[in-house]
Amino acid sequence: MTVVMVLWCCLALLLLAVAAALGGRRAFSGPRVYGGTAIICLVAFVAALTGTYGALVLPIGLPWLGAHFSVDRLAAVFLALIDLGGGGAALYAIGYGRHEHAPRRVLPFFPAFIAGMNLVVIANDAYTFLFAWEVMSLASWALVMSDNRAADSQRAGVVYLIMATFSALTLLLAFGLLAAPHGSYAFADMRGGTLPGWRSGLVLALALIGAGSKAGLMPLHAWLPLAHPAAPSHVSALMSGVMTKVAIYAFIRIVFDLLGPSVWWWAVPVLTAGGAAAVLGVLHALMERDLKRLLAYSTIENVGIVFIGLGLALAFRANAMPDAAALALSAALFHAFNHMLFKSVLFFGAGSVLVATGERNIERLGGLIRVMPISAACMLVACMAISGLPPLNGFASEWLTFQTILVSPRLPQWGLRLLVPTVGTLLALAAALAAACFVRAYGIAWLGRPRSACVETAHETDRYSLAAMGIFAALCVLAGLFPSLLINGLSAAVQQLVGSRLPSETGLAWLSIEPMADRSTSYNGFMVFTFLMIAALVGWLAVRILGSRAVRRARLWDCGYPDLGPSSQYSAAGYAQPIRRVFGPLVFHSSETVVMPPPGDLAPASIRKRTHDLAWEMLYEPVCDAVLALAELFNRVQFFTIRRYLSFVFLALVGLLLALTLWQ
Amino acid sequence: MMLHDFAFDIAHMLAGALVLLSLMMLYQDRLYALINVLALHALVLAMSVAWQAWVHDAPHLYITAGIALVFKAIVIPMALRRMVFRLRVHREIETVVGTGLTMLAAIALIALSLEVMLPVTAGVDPVSREDIALALSVVLIGLLMMVTRHNAVSQVAGFMSLENGIVLAATGAQGMPLVVEISVAFSVLIAFIIIGIFLFRIRERFDTVDVEALDAFRGERK
Repeated sequence: MTVVMVLWCCLALLLLAVAAALGGRRAFSGPRVYGGTAIICLVAFVAALTGTYGALVLPIGLPWLGAHFSVDRLAAVFLALIDLGGGGAALYAIGYGRHEHAPRRVLPFFPAFIAGMNLVVIANDAYTFLFAWEVMSLASWALVMSDNRAADSQRAGVVYLIMATFSALTLLLAFGLLAAPHGSYAFADMRGGTLPGWRSGLVLALALIGAGSKAGLMPLHAWLPLAHPAAPSHVSALMSGVMTKVAIYAFIRIVFDLLGPSVWWWAVPVLTAGGAAAVLGVLHALMERDLKRLLAYSTIENVGIVFIGLGLALAFRANAMPDAAALALSAALFHAFNHMLFKSVLFFGAGSVLVATGERNIERLGGLIRVMPISAACMLVACMAISGLPPLNGFASEWLTFQTILVSPRLPQWGLRLLVPTVGTLLALAAALAAACFVRAYGIAWLGRPRSACVETAHETDRYSLAAMGIFAALCVLAGLFPSLLINGLSAAVQQLVGSRLPSETGLAWLSIEPMADRSTSYNGFMVFTFLMIAALVGWLAVRILGSRAVRRARLWDCGYPDLGPSSQYSAAGYAQPIRRVFGPLVFHSSETVVMPPPGDLAPASIRKRTHDLAWEMLYEPVCDAVLALAELFNRVQFFTIRRYLSFVFLALVGLLLALTLWQ
Repeated sequence: MMLHDFAFDIAHMLAGALVLLSLMMLYQDRLYALINVLALHALVLAMSVAWQAWVHDAPHLYITAGIALVFKAIVIPMALRRMVFRLRVHREIETVVGTGLTMLAAIALIALSLEVMLPVTAGVDPVSREDIALALSVVLIGLLMMVTRHNAVSQVAGFMSLENGIVLAATGAQGMPLVVEISVAFSVLIAFIIIGIFLFRIRERFDTVDVEALDAFRGERK
């Protein structure tokens, strides 16, 4: 049974973690630990794909509860995602891990992190779920803190720890409200109960906040662009590509599975948060210079897209439109899977660049395609996929999401009929901006001429890292060419949650997908690919045949500047400037001021730009200030005399007794 | 019936006497006098417990009464007396914070505890009912004493009278298991010993048993 197999894998991972912490430096060196992790993940992945569904109770944990585990169709999908992503990251780390400063600070936590994520997905009661959730959070926190000398990591670690605690707290409250009448925390018992209206709404809000803050929904994303880049790159890939999916799993599990029938207005907060995260995430990514932070912001955008799909699925499910709900949920799950693939490649590539050049700032890179050709090819595929270009997988899943939005006029509620097209516009905007963002990232870092000396000494990364990037890039292409196979793979989980599934796609001619029951639309990635190839071939032949072969050498037109240094190239800030000017005043409250030197001063004039992170300033800082003020207030209590403490006890006692007399 | 009423009256009287003695403790500004009242307090407690034992025909309560008599009415007051003598504070007159005010507060506390306990225990045996209400006021007055006094020895006396109130409440509620009683008695004894040792250490270091000196030593606001 899959659940037994996965449990054994988790046990093996945890033992590996303990061995890596306690074992000898030689016996449990980096490549061995990562290699072991990769093999275990592969086993778990195969088990998730081919296994059987079932449940299991182990006599550990709380004595009256035990530990419930199960693998159902939904869990199997996410198990496959986690273990594929985890195995890929481990394979990458066999090579990448050699460059770590302090491998002993990373090695023990890496397998424990993957084990925690697996356990979250197979947990079948609230206690086990939250326990595994905390294992996942703490292991990833330790990984974020692995380079604790950097001030950035310390700040990221503190913020991450607070947000992780907060998200666990809200999930705890959500499960508390969901608990079955006789206080049972097993998921099987929770499913039966139906909550009165306001309580189910509260559970939805808590699940959205708890899972959303882990997944990086706006405005709870603040920790994500700090923590994801601070970790080593293979861990960043895991956190961005896989851990956010575990959070999405938690949301689906609570809202679609445990909470019972949906109400139409539940879709409103989910869609709004998703739309906001999609646009704001990518806008932040566009402004970012740090390659890994850019990728982290882009994760927020993609999580937003997944949540848009989930919100649509809720709306359709509440209105008893199972086919449309199945389409929305398939799109969401498909996009989650795709994002795992391409975001992993992107973080692997960013890590390779970091190792080769020591730079994360794209303004100091450039021309990497010549020194790192294979990584550059993989990165190009991933950048195209995340930008939603056909025939790659990002296009397929975003196309499915748009198809769902096009069904929305059939919804009966006016509110949703107005909201969904708005969210669709936001989604389209986000997709376009994502393309701009990755054109910028790829164009500045990989193309052109080197902007600093560090690129010239760079070299291609090692073969394990290349293998991991190559495999995932190939999977991006395959998932884009044959989306029908993946959609069929997801259909069992979709069927379980919304009671319907997309029509079987594999039987169609030429492997196209036709998501609607009336077969009104279709997409064929393979056909698009073929046409692209033919067009490219024809174009190439036309150039070859019709073009002149005569070679003519001339000097480059230098626009009047005799010396065109690398700094005269298009810069990342320059590329983002038009977009910053359009959206900046609204989204970042940005301002630009030109500082002129006083007359007679020979100093150069300068332009200063200021941008604000509004979520941080309007949501987090007031909360921080309030907490600090309260702490300051309570700090005085620390220094009272014993007699005064005693008086407090006395007064509290008298006060309680008074309350008792007054209230009875 | 006659006997029952009589038993009730005696129990009530003894418990009332305990409250009265607690009130007396509040305005004793000399330590010897305070210790005398404390001894009397424990003696009345022992009588009250013994009376309960006789009325309810519960022989194990006699042990409680014995403990109260031997330890609380004889051993501890004697030890305290020696301690006060050796600490050379027996001539000190403690400034009690506003006797009148404290007494008024204590009366309010008695009213409060009656107000709390009488409705809660409605339907319980009337003997224990009154006892519990009065025991709560003894506990509260003990706490009040600990709060208002500066001298460590009088704080100890407050603590002892508080503990007497707890024992009274416990015997009123048909008594608690013997093991619990004995362990409570021992814990009080041990607490007494430890407090005594500490008092001497404090005395050695600061030349006073006024706890305010400790606060000054911490270098903080009073």
